[in-house]
Parts: sequence; C-alpha cells; structure tokens
Amino acid sequence: MRVDWVTFWPRILEATGETITMVIFTLVFSSMIGIAMGLLFFVTRKGNILENKFIFSFLNILVNIVRPIPFIILLVALSPLTRAVMGTTIGTAAAVFPMTIAACFAVARIVENNLVSIDPGIIEAAQAMGASPLRIIFGVLIPEALGPLILGLTFVTVGLVDFSAMAGTVGGGGLGDLAMSYGYQRFDTSVMIVTVVILILLVQIAQFVGNFLSRVFLRR
Amino acid sequence: MITFDRVNKVFGFEGREVHAVKDVSLTIHQGEIFGIVGFSGAGKSTLLRLVNQLERPTSGKVIVNGLEISSISQQELRKLRRRIGMIFQSFNLFNSRTVYGNVAYPLKLAKKSKKEVDDRVKELLRFVGLEDKAGQYPEQLSGGQKQRVGIARALATSPEILICDEATSALDPETTEEILHLLKKVNEEYNITILLITHEMNVVRRICDRMAVMEKGQVIEQGSVYEIFTNPKSKTAKNFVSSLLNDKLSPKLLERIRRDHSGRIYRVIFTRDNSSEPILSLVAQKYQIVFSILYGSIHEFQDRLFGNLIVEFRGSDVEVDRVVEELKTMVEVREVTEHES
Ligand SMILES: Nc1ncnc2c1ncn2[C@@H]1O[C@H](COP(=O)(O)OP(=O)(O)OP(=O)(O)O)[C@@H](O)[C@H]1O
Ligand SMILES: [Mg+2]
Repeated sequence: MRVDWVTFWPRILEATGETITMVIFTLVFSSMIGIAMGLLFFVTRKGNILENKFIFSFLNILVNIVRPIPFIILLVALSPLTRAVMGTTIGTAAAVFPMTIAACFAVARIVENNLVSIDPGIIEAAQAMGASPLRIIFGVLIPEALGPLILGLTFVTVGLVDFSAMAGTVGGGGLGDLAMSYGYQRFDTSVMIVTVVILILLVQIAQFVGNFLSRVFLRR
Repeated sequence: MITFDRVNKVFGFEGREVHAVKDVSLTIHQGEIFGIVGFSGAGKSTLLRLVNQLERPTSGKVIVNGLEISSISQQELRKLRRRIGMIFQSFNLFNSRTVYGNVAYPLKLAKKSKKEVDDRVKELLRFVGLEDKAGQYPEQLSGGQKQRVGIARALATSPEILICDEATSALDPETTEEILHLLKKVNEEYNITILLITHEMNVVRRICDRMAVMEKGQVIEQGSVYEIFTNPKSKTAKNFVSSLLNDKLSPKLLERIRRDHSGRIYRVIFTRDNSSEPILSLVAQKYQIVFSILYGSIHEFQDRLFGNLIVEFRGSDVEVDRVVEELKTMVEVREVTEHES
C-alpha cells in the first residue's frame, strides 16, 4: 500500500519537527545535567580541588551501571518512571525523559574526559592566585575544555538522532516512528528513503554546527 | 618574610612513604632574592609549594608575613595567596584566555573594577615588554614571552612575595638571561621578595643574594651566594659550584699541561678584596721570574670578583718558593698535584 504524497508531506514535516524537538530538548537537558555530573565527577576525584570519596564513588557506580544498558532496554525499563514523571509514556515530550537519562551519562563521561586532559598545572596556577573551587570551575575548567567539549556534545547530538528513532518506535513519534510504521511495516520504500535522507541531512547539519562552534572556541 | 621552622613533609604513597622535606629551618628576608639549588627529587618544589599551601606541612611551621599559614581558614588562605605570586617552569597560562585575559584573571578574582583591571594590566604588560601582544593567545607566543606573561600575571595583585619553580629551566640561555634580568628588575623596582628554586647554578649566581643547597629533603648548606661559591662545604655544594666555575682540572688536561709546561704549577685563588689588583705581576716582577696563566676563570658574584687560576711559575726552585711564600700572604695558593679535585 502506497501513501499519497500530497497528503503525506505534512506528516513528514510534522515528524521532522518532532525529531528535532526531541533531540534539542534532550540535548539541552542532558547537557545541563551531564556537564554538572561530569564536573562533579572531575573535581571530587582524588587529589582534586573538591576531593570527595563518597560523591565520586557514588557517581562512578551510577555511571558504570547505567552506561552499559542498551538504550532500547533502558527505554522500556524506565517507562514506569517516565509515566510517573511525565504523566504518560506516549508522545514526543514523554520520549525526552528516557533520552535525557541515557544521554546525560554519556555527556558526563565526555565532560570528565575533556577535563582530565587539562594540564593540572593550569588548575594549580589558579589555586595559587587564590581562586575558590567555584571560580576555578567556571573561570578555568569550563573555558579551557570548551572547544573539545563542543565536539563531544556534537557527537552526542548525532547519537540522539539515533535514540530519537528508537524512542519513536515505542510511541515517541518523529521520523523513526514514521520510517518504522510506513516504511518497514507497510513496505513503502519511498517513505523509507525520504526519512533516511532527512535523518542524514539532520546529522550533517548538527555536525556542521558543532564543528563550526568548536572551531570558534578552539580558535583554529 | 618567609620562615620555615622545622618543617617536614611526608607523602604517603600506597604504603610507601616519601620524606620530601626533612626538618627544614630557613628564613628568607624581606626584599632579598633567595635561591635554593638541589638535584632532581631533592624536595625543592615541595618546599616552595609549602609557602602558598599548595602542600600542607606534615609538621613544623611555615610563617609568611607573620602568619602561620597552616592555621588559617580557607578564605584567609585565598587572600594570602593573592599576596604571593607564583611562576612555573611550564608557565601554566590559561590557553583559553588572551595575554590580556591571563593577566586580568587574578585581578578579577580580587574583584577589581573594570577600569582598575585595565590600568593594571596595561601597566604590567608595559613592564614586561609585551604591550603589543595583549590580544594574542599563549599558543602564539615563544617560551620567553610566555614566561613574561606568567610574571605579569603573578605580579597583578601586587604581591610582596614571588615564588618561582624552575622559572627558566625550559628556556634557552639567552632567554634565561632576559627573564633573570626581568626578575631582578621586579625585585628592585617593586621591592618584592623572591624565592626561587633551580638546578642551574648560573641562575643563583646571576641574581640571588643568599642561597641554600638541598639534598634528600634537607637543607645541607646555606649562606650568601659569595660564601657558598667561594667556600662550598658539602660535596653537593662543591659539585654545583664547580659545575659553574669549571675549575676542575681533568687528569687528561693536567697531563697535557705538564707535557707542555716544564715549570711548577699552582692554583691561585683570589677572593673578595684582592682580585682586582695585579698581584701576580707585581710579585713576579719583584723576584724576576716568569709566570703564565694556563687555565681558570674569574667570576662576579654580587658585584665582587672571584678568580680561580692555574698558574705556571718558571724559575729556580728557590725563587719560585719565595714567590709562593709572598703570594700566600695575600691569596690562597696551592701546588697542583695529580689527584686534585
Ligand atoms: N604529590 C606527591 N606525592 C607523592 N610523592 C611526591 C609528591 N610530590 C613530590 N613527591 C616526592 O617528593 C620528592 C621530592 O620531590 P620534589 O618535586 O619536591 O623534588 P624537586 O627537588 O623539585 O625535583 P625536580 O628538580 O625534579 O623538580 C620526590 O621523591 C617526589 O617523588
Ligand atoms: Mg621541582
């Protein structure tokens, strides 16, 4: 059974909007939470400016438990929690919740990795000037790591397009949903091709914007 | 003024303990440049880092400007740190900030107004000779320029003390001279006390007033630079001194000198008061013998000269003996033997 393209275009457009919404909201929330987690992870490390064994171990265990779980399983496993928090498990808004949970751990790791690569001497110089831990975090750690951090977030964004397709199949809407229900279940190759092309375009745009921004901050 | 009073620092390290600073008592006076030399691992950096509490002492007291710093609160410590500038071997500039931004950062921490920051940064960049580099990023600078930024940044909050961890070790000899010159200027124009550590004796000789030698965590010798250079007591101090004075005569060189010179060979050491007078010529003339200088050097420490020469005297044994007797009343003279160190 073929779709009628005259009436189907608005659906494609709507689905594209849903995918973009899911990705952007998830990116914003998971960046906020993930960056905070990554920073906390880094500064509570042994020998670092806010060394704290308890917080560090707690975060470490949490990350190590959540990270290896495949997203599709996390999606299902989190659905009771999603219902509790968002009121429903169906729809674009509801999909943002599990996507954020999954993505913030990835962001936390990326943030931590980028912070570790900052020369400890630079942090020490700031300490020697009498900078408080908070001033070091916002005035030194974040600016010093910003360039590679943006590349890391771009990488996450591309992954989120992938997540959004999966979330779509369990009721999140968006291009993934469309591709699955029309392209796969109803064997409509043209829908499949159109959605795939749009997804590729979205990824390209995200990568382009990310590269551009990181170049601005790396000044290279 | 900085006082170390029986300070110890022990690093616990997976059951193994490293006694990095051992029972050090030392006073660095207001306005002087004090140098600490020692081989790698002697504990110099650790000692230096105790001054601004980047390390806390295991026992003993570190007193900076009258404050016993291990007893003060975090907030007081941050305030104190603004009175102690620090520069590093690897510069440790903020790569994400321009030259201007680097120098401005400590002023922003001190909550200075925009105008105050701007005036001070410009003044400092002029002082270190980098006005034209304000908008550049550290990666665009040479090592010497980076260290100038480091110095300007360390001076931003007008500290009374500047501590330097191997500030010139990453630089070539010429740039080292420039930076040392700049440090001297910092000391003289702003009357800032400088405590520096280094493994290069040249650095100490060029700018320090007093110095200490560290070995295995301990201060094994201290005194004025002139004293230690002209009369080192410990083996380590002697090694450091001769690394610079280049006054050791290798057996090979001695052998060659003996082959080419038939006269008697002496080491003549001139110290503070007499190194500018023509003692050798006067005495040689008086006894009508010939001498020639074969090897050695004359150095300047703190505006005083120090000469260490290998001299051949040619004449009869009796005449040479008389010359040596007379010289001994004025300078240090020793006959050169085969195994002299
Ligand atoms: N944070 C630390 N933890 C454990 N051991 C340390 C630490 N810092 C220094 N040490 C040890 O303390 C000793 C003295 O080190 P320090 O860095 O003070 O020497 P140094 O004289 O500055 O040497 P260099 O000239 O190589 O810089 C060394 O044995 C070193 O391994
Ligand atoms: Mg060192």
